[in-house]
Amino acid sequence: MMRFLVIRFLRGLLTLFLVLSFAFLILRSTGDPAMLIMSADAPPEALEAFRKGWGLDAPLWQQYVGYFKNLAQGNFGYSMRDKSPAMDLVLERIPATLSLALPAFVLKLLIGISAGVYAALHRNTWIDRFLISLSIAGYTMPSFVLGLVLVLVFAVGLGWLPSGGNATWQHAILPVITLSLGGAAVLARFTRSAMLEVMGQAYIRTASAKGLVWRRVVLHHAMPNAAIPTLTVIGFMVGSLIAGAVVVESVFSWPGVGRLLVTSVANRDLAVVQSLLLLVATTMVSANLMVDILYGWIDPRVRTGQAGQGKKA
Amino acid sequence: MNTPSLPEQSQTAAPPSLAQSAIQLIRSMPLLVRLCSLWIVVVLGIALFADFISPYSYSQLDLLARLRPPAFWGGSSDHWLGTDELGRDVLSRLFHSVRISLLVAFISTMLSATVGVLMGFAAAHFRGWVEQLVLTLVDFQASMPFMIIALAVLAFFGNTLVLFIALMGFYGWERSARIARGLTIAANEQGYASAVYDLGASPWRVYLRHILPNIASTLIVSVTLTFPEVILLESGLSFLGLGVQPPMTSLGNMVGYGREYLQSAPWILLAPSLFIVVTTFSVSMLGDWLRDLLDPTLN
Repeated sequence: MMRFLVIRFLRGLLTLFLVLSFAFLILRSTGDPAMLIMSADAPPEALEAFRKGWGLDAPLWQQYVGYFKNLAQGNFGYSMRDKSPAMDLVLERIPATLSLALPAFVLKLLIGISAGVYAALHRNTWIDRFLISLSIAGYTMPSFVLGLVLVLVFAVGLGWLPSGGNATWQHAILPVITLSLGGAAVLARFTRSAMLEVMGQAYIRTASAKGLVWRRVVLHHAMPNAAIPTLTVIGFMVGSLIAGAVVVESVFSWPGVGRLLVTSVANRDLAVVQSLLLLVATTMVSANLMVDILYGWIDPRVRTGQAGQGKKA
Repeated sequence: MNTPSLPEQSQTAAPPSLAQSAIQLIRSMPLLVRLCSLWIVVVLGIALFADFISPYSYSQLDLLARLRPPAFWGGSSDHWLGTDELGRDVLSRLFHSVRISLLVAFISTMLSATVGVLMGFAAAHFRGWVEQLVLTLVDFQASMPFMIIALAVLAFFGNTLVLFIALMGFYGWERSARIARGLTIAANEQGYASAVYDLGASPWRVYLRHILPNIASTLIVSVTLTFPEVILLESGLSFLGLGVQPPMTSLGNMVGYGREYLQSAPWILLAPSLFIVVTTFSVSMLGDWLRDLLDPTLN
């Protein structure tokens, strides 16, 4: 188990390194930031001074080494727009993003898992088919369409809720619903197929044949086993929290990390985009690591390193 | 499930013609899947014949007829789906948006499948460090949300349609690569691949003429599931103003610009929204059904 985690951890670090190199190369190879920030008719001396100031006149590999040195010292560069530290700009947006993402995450789990388990237990009934179609619909409905339809109905039409901004808690209702429904649909599909797979196993038949109460079979025998594949999806959801926030925060003018990404991409603010990429990659890698640890906790075969060799449950 | 082309059948009777097997395929579809297929045909027709069926040019301005409601919303039949903030005909723009969105999604999906299959073949053929490299790239791609990568690339490379399609063409390659690698390793262990090798065929011939047809059905399923996701990705980026750029138009683009007129002229964004949702839903349903039909590993 320890070995497994160490390998996973190193792989995570490698991913981070790849992401940062990717960010560096892309940002540096796409033309001269000096020309982007200043207008094309700026005096050449000003451009030169700007390049010197940002270290853009050094050879690429020196910039690359310097970039990692700075990162190691906690220096993530400065926003080219207002000269404030890029990471500070990112960090001050995180609470706003979390205030949407956390309730949405809880809602996602509640709706997704219960719908998935319910559909699996009532396989091939009309309610199962209804839930599946609903889940495919939720999955294929882009969040901006869902968000705008909700705004149209509840803000414009009925006037019950505000359409954008973050002044009160009522402002969070529509974005939270928008964020959670899409994820719930994906989760429901995964939970359903994981449950169906588990319910077909011999140990479930054994458990119910030896006279256990059905509720106990489902809760204690089926669900923990179905949790294992579902966990991967949940881990990915935690990791892609920021990616999900990009569109929804833009729809609802919510001042979070996602919106910062869109605006800094539009303004070509290199340092801020890099810091955001680092943040996304770190969330992703830590979420995956957490899933691996949880795997070991739920599934003893992973912990003792005999996955695949041991007897089936 | 009965598949139309079982080997025993072809020995005894003449192989069914293409039209016959198509009819048989349609007969075996549930009603919902049939409706979805019908919608896909309609959408393809719109994309192909957008120029002929559009009542106006998609960029033709009519500043005197701005924000006119659709015919069924109290408007006139001059503009069936109304007009936008510059007096452009929403129906004509919708048809052209469908064309661009489908074109982007189609080329991108093909690109991603090709890249993926080639990478998978390379991994399975060379094994060793090539395989490790491919697997690391696959892991990397799978662990980063594509939206974020796309945003970073688009912002800094600027945005042209060719670049945009090329970028979208990386979406989902890792899935095809994984499938192609796994199935190819399995195929290489089966007799037919080595038999063809022994007959003196080149590796290219073995991979393209013998292994590819054998793993095609699983790949097709994966591609049908990638396609709607690419549509969603494209429309999301275009919605944010970072995808297809004006004067060109795409479904997400229309929704993004129509959003400004959510209160006064909701029809501008409702029509393209509906097209995105119904189209992606239809392709996903068809893909799901195909998966159940073609992929025996799932049953």
